[in-house]
Amino acid sequence: MFDKPILQIKNLSKQYGEGCSYCQQEDAKLERNFCPVCKTVYACKNISIDLHRGEILGIVGESGSGKSTLMKCLYFDEEITTGEGYLTDYFNGKENIFTQSGQQKRFIRNSLLGMVYQNPMLGLKMDFSSISNIAEKQIAAGNRNVEQMVDRSNELLDKVNISIKRSKEPPKNFSGGMQQRVQIAKALSSNPPILLLDEVTTGLDLSVQAAVLDLIKTIQRVMQISMIVVSHDLAVIRMLADRTVVMLNGQIIEEGLTDQILEDPQHAYTQQLVYSLL
Amino acid sequence: MGYVAVTGGQEAIEASLQHLTYERIKEGKFIDVESIKATMRGFLDQVMSESSLYSERLAALAMKQSEGNVEEAVFLLRAHRSTLPRLYYSTVTDARDMFVIRRISASFKDIPGGQILGASHDYLHRLLDFSLVEETEQDVLRKKAEFEAIEVPEESSLTLEKLPKVMDYLRKEGLINEFPLNDEEPDDITKESLTFPSSRSERLQILTRGQTGSVTSLGYAGLRGYGSSHPNVGEVRVGYQPIHIALDEDGDEYYIGSIKLTEVESFIPANISEDGKEVLEFDIGYGACFGQNETKAIAMSILDHALENPENTPIHDEEFVLLHVDTVESTGFISHLKLPHYVTFQSKLEQIRKIKREGVTNE
Amino acid sequence: MNKFPFAFLDEQSKKEIRRAVLKGVAIPGYQVPFASREMPIGRGWGTGGLQITLALVGQSDVLKVIDQGSDESVNAVNIKKLVQGTTGIETTIHTKEATLIQSRHRIPEVPLRSDQIMILQVPEPEPLRSVERSEFKTKQLHAEKEYSGAWLLLFEQIMRYNQTSQGADYPVLVHDRYVMNPSPIPRFDNPKIHNSDALILFGAGREKKIYAVPPYTKVESLAFDDYPFEIEKFEGKACKVTGLTDVFLDELTDEQTGETYYLCNDTSFMQEYLEKRGTVHVR
Repeated sequence: MFDKPILQIKNLSKQYGEGCSYCQQEDAKLERNFCPVCKTVYACKNISIDLHRGEILGIVGESGSGKSTLMKCLYFDEEITTGEGYLTDYFNGKENIFTQSGQQKRFIRNSLLGMVYQNPMLGLKMDFSSISNIAEKQIAAGNRNVEQMVDRSNELLDKVNISIKRSKEPPKNFSGGMQQRVQIAKALSSNPPILLLDEVTTGLDLSVQAAVLDLIKTIQRVMQISMIVVSHDLAVIRMLADRTVVMLNGQIIEEGLTDQILEDPQHAYTQQLVYSLL
Repeated sequence: MGYVAVTGGQEAIEASLQHLTYERIKEGKFIDVESIKATMRGFLDQVMSESSLYSERLAALAMKQSEGNVEEAVFLLRAHRSTLPRLYYSTVTDARDMFVIRRISASFKDIPGGQILGASHDYLHRLLDFSLVEETEQDVLRKKAEFEAIEVPEESSLTLEKLPKVMDYLRKEGLINEFPLNDEEPDDITKESLTFPSSRSERLQILTRGQTGSVTSLGYAGLRGYGSSHPNVGEVRVGYQPIHIALDEDGDEYYIGSIKLTEVESFIPANISEDGKEVLEFDIGYGACFGQNETKAIAMSILDHALENPENTPIHDEEFVLLHVDTVESTGFISHLKLPHYVTFQSKLEQIRKIKREGVTNE
Repeated sequence: MNKFPFAFLDEQSKKEIRRAVLKGVAIPGYQVPFASREMPIGRGWGTGGLQITLALVGQSDVLKVIDQGSDESVNAVNIKKLVQGTTGIETTIHTKEATLIQSRHRIPEVPLRSDQIMILQVPEPEPLRSVERSEFKTKQLHAEKEYSGAWLLLFEQIMRYNQTSQGADYPVLVHDRYVMNPSPIPRFDNPKIHNSDALILFGAGREKKIYAVPPYTKVESLAFDDYPFEIEKFEGKACKVTGLTDVFLDELTDEQTGETYYLCNDTSFMQEYLEKRGTVHVR
C-alpha cells in the first residue's frame, strides 16, 4: 500500500560534546548514552526511519531516550551531528535537507513541516492573538493577503473546535488543552505534508487528552497528512500510530507495525513497556 | 493674525549657556584645577575609569567645567577622546610589575608579601568630620609636615615591587583551571563595533569603562541570585603600573609612564572534568580599571566570569550586560527623551483618532 | 574650538565612517556596524547623523539641519553650531541651497536633488527589535531574509484595530532584500525615500550602525495586499497661514481662543512659500 517514503532519515546522529578516544571505539561501554570519560552525550545514534504518505509513525521511549531530540533535529531546532534526510516534496527527495542553507531550512520548516511541542510556550507567542499565531506560519510561508489568512485560520480554529469568537484572544487566556489545539491549528495552517507531534498530550487531564488525540486522528483521516508522534506513553501510540519505533538510550531497538509490537514485543525493554500497559 | 516664523532657537541656547556659566561662578568662589587634582582623588579615579582616558589634569578640568557632575565630566572626556588619534598600543604589561600601594586578599589570612592595607576607606567610621569645615591651608601644611616628620622604622623595609600574586600560590598547587596564555592583540572596541558573540577582550574593555553604578549593580544582582558566580576575592591590588610602547614589532620598548590601576582576581569554584573524574578547581574572574575603584573592579570580576559562562539570566547574558553599562550611551538615550517628539506624536495621534473613529469590527 | 581637528573627528575616524557609508551604499538597507565615536552632544541626540555629516563635510559644503521639520529647533541649531564651529562652512535653512541635510524625524517638503545628501538620525535601527531582542539573532534573521516577525506585528495590529497602528518609523523593504527602519519620520515621508534623486544615509550613533538608500532604489513600505499602506491624512485640515493641504501639518492650540489650528510642519518650506507670494497670508 505504501509507495516511496515521503520522508527518509538515514543514520542521523546527534551528540552533545566532542567525543574522546574512549567513546569513539566501536564497542565502547557507555552509561546509557553518556560517555563516562569525556561526558559526551549521544542523544541520537544512527537513527534511520521512513515515513510514508498518510501514515502515522509512533516513536515511543522513556525520557532521555532521544526521541524529543530527534524531533528537534527534524524541525531544525537542533543541528544534527551527522546523517541525511530527504523529503519527497523537497527537490523530489534528491537533496539532503540537513546540509541546506539556513534560508532553505526555514523554507522547509515553514512550508513542508508542522510542529506541535509539548510545551505550548515553545510553539506559540502567548501575547499575540490566536489568529495571528495561526497566521504566522502562513506569513512565514509567504502569504501577504490578510483576508485569505483570516479565512484559513478561522477554518482551522473551527477544525480544532475553538470558537471563532475567541480567535482574537491570546493563547495565554486559554487552558492547556486549548493551547495545544491552537498549536495544532498553527502547525496545519501552511498545509504541510508532514506534522511532527512531540508529547502533545503529556500534562493534560485524561478527558482533555482523549479529545486532543481524537482530533489528531480525525485530522489525519480527513487531511491525509503524514505524522510522526512522539510519546513516552504507549497508550497514546497504540491509539494513533500505524507503525511504531521503540527508542532506548539514543538508539532504535525495535520497530514494526504497532499491533505487532504490542502483541509480540521482542526486546526486553519493549516487553517491559507493553506489560506495564496491560 | 499675521504669521511670524518661530525663530529664536539660537538665542535661547545662547541664553541658556550663559545662565549655565553664571551658575558656576555666581557665588564668587574659585577653585583651580591644581587644587581639584590634589584633593579630589576619588572623583578623578572614577571619572578617568568611566571615560577610559587616563589624565588627572583633564579629569580635574572636566570636574571644574561640569561643576562636579560626574555624568557630564565623563561625557566631556569621552568626546575629547574622539578628537585624539590612536597612535600606539602599549605592550603587554604584567601586574606583577606593579608598584603596589595597597594589596589585600580575602581568601587567606596572610599572603606571601603580606597584606598591605594602604590608604583605604574600608575601616573608616563614616562620621562627618566637622573639623574639616574650618580647615585652612595652614592646617593642611602643618599636618603634612607632621606626617612627613614621622621616622620610618628600619625594619619596615617592605617590598612594594615584584610582589607575587595570590593566584600563583594556588596555581602552583594545580588548583586553578589553567588556560594557555593569550597575549594576542585585543579587539579595540573604539575602532571596531562590538559584535556577538563577543570576544573576552571586548567584554573586558566595555566593563572597565562601564558606569561605576551600573557595573556595581549588575555585579550585585549576580551575587544575589541572578547569576551563579559566587567569588572569593583572591586579591585586590592597587598601585602604579608601568606602561611601555614599542615603535615597531621588533624594536625596543619605551617606558611612557605609570598609571594608577586597580586589579582584582576573584576565585570562583568550577566543576572540571579531568581524566574522566569530576574535580573542583578555581576559575578566575578578572577586573581591572584605571584609578582606585575597588568596588567596581570586584563587580567587574563577577561579570567577567558570568559572561564567560553564558546562562539564561540577565547577568550571564552578554547583550544584556554589555549593551547597557556604558554611561554615555545610557545617559544619552535616557536624556534624549527631553527632545521634542511632536512629529512622531502627531503621526500616532492621527492613527489613534482614526482607529477610534472607525472602531474595530471584531466579528 | 580651533584646538580641534577640522570637523571635530580625527582623520582616521572619518575615514572609517566613510568606509561604513560606502559599504551601506553598496548593500542598500543593510545595517553596517561601525565604531561609533563619542560626540560632544548626547548619545541619542543625533550623534549617528552627526558623525556621518562630519565624515562627509568638505570646505565647500552647505549644511542644513532640521529637527521635527524645524531649522530653528534648539537641537537643530545646536548641531548646526557644532558643525559650523569645527569646520567654518556655510549653513542655510533653504533646502535648495544645501548640499548636506541632516534631519531628525522629517524629510523636507521640497523635493531633493541628485547633488544633495540627506542624513537621517536614527534612534533604533533594528526593525525586528520588538520581536527579537537579541542582536545576535536579528543579524541572523536579516541574513536569511526572515521577516515574518515584522509582518506578524502588522498582522496583529490589523487583527486588533482593523488597520495597522504603526505611526512613525514605519518599516520598509529596500531593493527587495532588507527590511529597514526609515527612522522616526512620519509615514507621510516614506514615499519620498522610494526612487529618491538624492542619496539618503541613516546614522545610529548609540546603536553603532550606518545604513543607506542609494538614489533610485526601490523602497516599499510593508503592507499586505488587501491592507494597503497609508500615509497620515489631515482630512479637511489646512495650514492656517498658507492654506496648503498636501504637506505634513503640526497641530497647535490658540492660547486665546483655545481653538485647534494647523501649520506646515516644514518651517522653511512655509517661509519660502510665503516669500514667493510676496505677501503674508492673513486669516
